[in-house]
Amino acid sequence: MPRIAALAEALLTPHGADRYLELIHPMLVRREIRGVVTSVRRQTADTVTFTVRPSRAWRGFTAGQYVRITVDIDGVRRTRCYSPASSQHRRDELEFTVKADPSGLVSRHLHERITEGAVLGLSEPDGAFTLPRPRPGRLVLISGGSGITPVLSMLRTLADEGHRGEIVFLHYANTADDVLYRDELADLARRLPGLRVVLGYTHQDSGGDLHGFCTAEHLDAVAPDRAGTLTYLCGPPGLLTAVRALTEHRGTSERLRTEDFAPPSLELDTTNATGTVRFAHSGREIANSGRPLLEQAEEAGLSPEHGCRMGICFSCTTVKARGCVRNALSGELSHDDDEEIQLCISVPVGDVEINA
Amino acid sequence: MTGLQDRLTPEQVEEFGREMDAIRQRIVADLGAEDVQYIQNVIKAQRALEVAGRGLLFAGFFPPAWIAGVGALSLSKILDNMEIGHNVMHGQYDWTRDPALSSRRFEWDTVAPAENWRHSHNYIHHTYTNILDKDRDIGYGVLRMDPDQRWHPYYLGNPVYAALLAVFFQWGVMLHDLEFDRIVKGERSWASTKEVRARMVRKAARQVGKDYALFPLLTGPLAPLTLLGNATANLTRNLWAFAIIFCGHFPADVESFTEEETENETRGQWYLRQILGSANITGGPLFHILTGNLSHQIEHHLFPDIPARRYPQIAGEVRAICAKYGLPYHTGPLHRQLFSVARKIVKLALPWNGRPSERESATLGGGERAAAA
Ligand SMILES: Cc1cc2nc3c(=O)[nH]c(=O)nc-3n(C[C@H](O)[C@H](O)[C@H](O)COP(=O)(O)OP(=O)(O)OC[C@H]3O[C@@H](n4cnc5c(N)ncnc54)[C@H](O)[C@@H]3O)c2cc1C
Repeated sequence: MPRIAALAEALLTPHGADRYLELIHPMLVRREIRGVVTSVRRQTADTVTFTVRPSRAWRGFTAGQYVRITVDIDGVRRTRCYSPASSQHRRDELEFTVKADPSGLVSRHLHERITEGAVLGLSEPDGAFTLPRPRPGRLVLISGGSGITPVLSMLRTLADEGHRGEIVFLHYANTADDVLYRDELADLARRLPGLRVVLGYTHQDSGGDLHGFCTAEHLDAVAPDRAGTLTYLCGPPGLLTAVRALTEHRGTSERLRTEDFAPPSLELDTTNATGTVRFAHSGREIANSGRPLLEQAEEAGLSPEHGCRMGICFSCTTVKARGCVRNALSGELSHDDDEEIQLCISVPVGDVEINA
Repeated sequence: MTGLQDRLTPEQVEEFGREMDAIRQRIVADLGAEDVQYIQNVIKAQRALEVAGRGLLFAGFFPPAWIAGVGALSLSKILDNMEIGHNVMHGQYDWTRDPALSSRRFEWDTVAPAENWRHSHNYIHHTYTNILDKDRDIGYGVLRMDPDQRWHPYYLGNPVYAALLAVFFQWGVMLHDLEFDRIVKGERSWASTKEVRARMVRKAARQVGKDYALFPLLTGPLAPLTLLGNATANLTRNLWAFAIIFCGHFPADVESFTEEETENETRGQWYLRQILGSANITGGPLFHILTGNLSHQIEHHLFPDIPARRYPQIAGEVRAICAKYGLPYHTGPLHRQLFSVARKIVKLALPWNGRPSERESATLGGGERAAAA
């Protein structure tokens, strides 16, 4: 079989077999990873949940990781990160839940347009927001809104493994109507003897288990600090900040694992920015505003390839021909000529020239 | 003679440049699903022709099948190199962010490696269009295509070299990136071409491997016929590409420029040079597609990174603007442009055809004026 594949590649050079196979059916590709949508449902008004059967190049993922999904909107490929919510032990099907951002592009497109049979681009999974092996005896999984996806994946994975440890699954939603996977969670609670599901409503003061935004009382009530407990957290920035502060106060930060869906805040200094940014290929120039280069390029009328806009996906990687840039996440400086940089998190320090 | 700088007043040049920019902005804002659909359809047609051509050669013992197979394969290679490869590698579809349409990743069905070509073509040729001693596409470093190129007895062979270049065009394009003439002159070291050469060897091995070894062998006893068929398809593509490309910049009325003239060029002046240094070829829609829309060489040189299917749509407007400013808009049917190029190749083989009076008459005398059209 590998010999036949190698022969086919040699015969179909320079384009490669995938470029021919996809013309017969987009899911026949061998090297690229794609997924065909097998079902679509809408659990709440502003979310969509869909399952995807990946193509043969898919090698599985680890619960908590994310995948870059690519869709075609008005002729342009758009890529965003989404964490599968399904168990890592289900090789043949991935489940995603996407919350529609009213001013977002991809999430709104998926929410409004996705149908059974649609073919999406998928990437290899990525991310280190994963459970250790052997599985921890005590776990707290905290999520808010669509941030439920990676921790639900962990929970479903543990359920498939017949896990017997203690798990607190604390999930926040605006109101009772916004709770994702309500029935599924109840079902899991029946299957997993050590699981306790706690629902918090931030905008409703009846029903559920907790009310209002996450506080120390909430944590003390459902997840009192006990030695060796690992906490996994994913949700809106407010929830992340609150829980981070609380764990810091408890002195247990090193046992907290977090996943950010939204861009982390970048260290920007827009008042002391100097120099000129030159985009060599297009000949455009713009005075350095101190914002990330991706934004400055867009301001200059360019539309560089990009994905996450937060330093994760490397879609916007471009060669910096000259000058110095600062990585706004790490603070690291890049001085060398012809170095590849991520436009979305790189800020010019003085004059720079970019090959865009 | 009319120099590049004194055709229009500086104000007129900038006004002219702004009109060109306006066309560009309008098209860029309008790019969308239709453009993607178009190129996907061309790709589908090319892949279908390729598969059909290769398939028919398995029945190559039957002459009509051989001829049809070679025809389909020739068309496939022409589409692949011209309307798809050349244009995709110009970045015309980079905005789609589709890796299969990415200028950085695309590789075409010819021995010239995409990466080498992109540098010499997109950067050198399109930036320094028709500037003597800078645009290495003037005569490809082997021909005398401009009266201002100093004559040398070597150029007595001009027509022979041109014929050889046409027949072996894919190899010519590949070797062009080695800048052999500059190595001979000592402007570039042999060692500095190491990576370029490595890419050439790798790419050529793959191309030769499939066309002259694997596919012939797969057809068993028909191997010689298949090999001949593949060679014919490559030859057809070579002749066609050579003809179209040489008609783009070398008909008699097209101008060339000096480095001094083009120093500190503004955007408007750059546009102006593109128009004076390029020539279109008239023809029907299918002809345009088969030339990769290089039959709209003028529009291509103005807007090299706009999808080529847009060139016919804006050609009328560009021509009208040229007329407004009294600028020539070189165009003509293929046979006429080809004849003009052939005559130039022969004429410039001889020492007495050259600078500077010759140049003047070529510039002033020729040129179908848009104003007159
Ligand atoms: C690791 C990871 C996992 C994720 N998993 C999930 C998941 O499971 N489910 C889920 O729903 N989401 C998930 N996300 C979030 C997801 O990737 C998208 O960010 C989200 O869906 C919004 O994408 P969008 O294209 O709709 O919005 P975008 O178009 O990217 O816009 C996002 C926001 O930025 C603003 N914006 C856009 N462009 C500009 C601009 N030029 N200037 C200023 N503001 C602008 C918009 O107004 C909008 O509010 C995950 C993110 C990460 C990083």
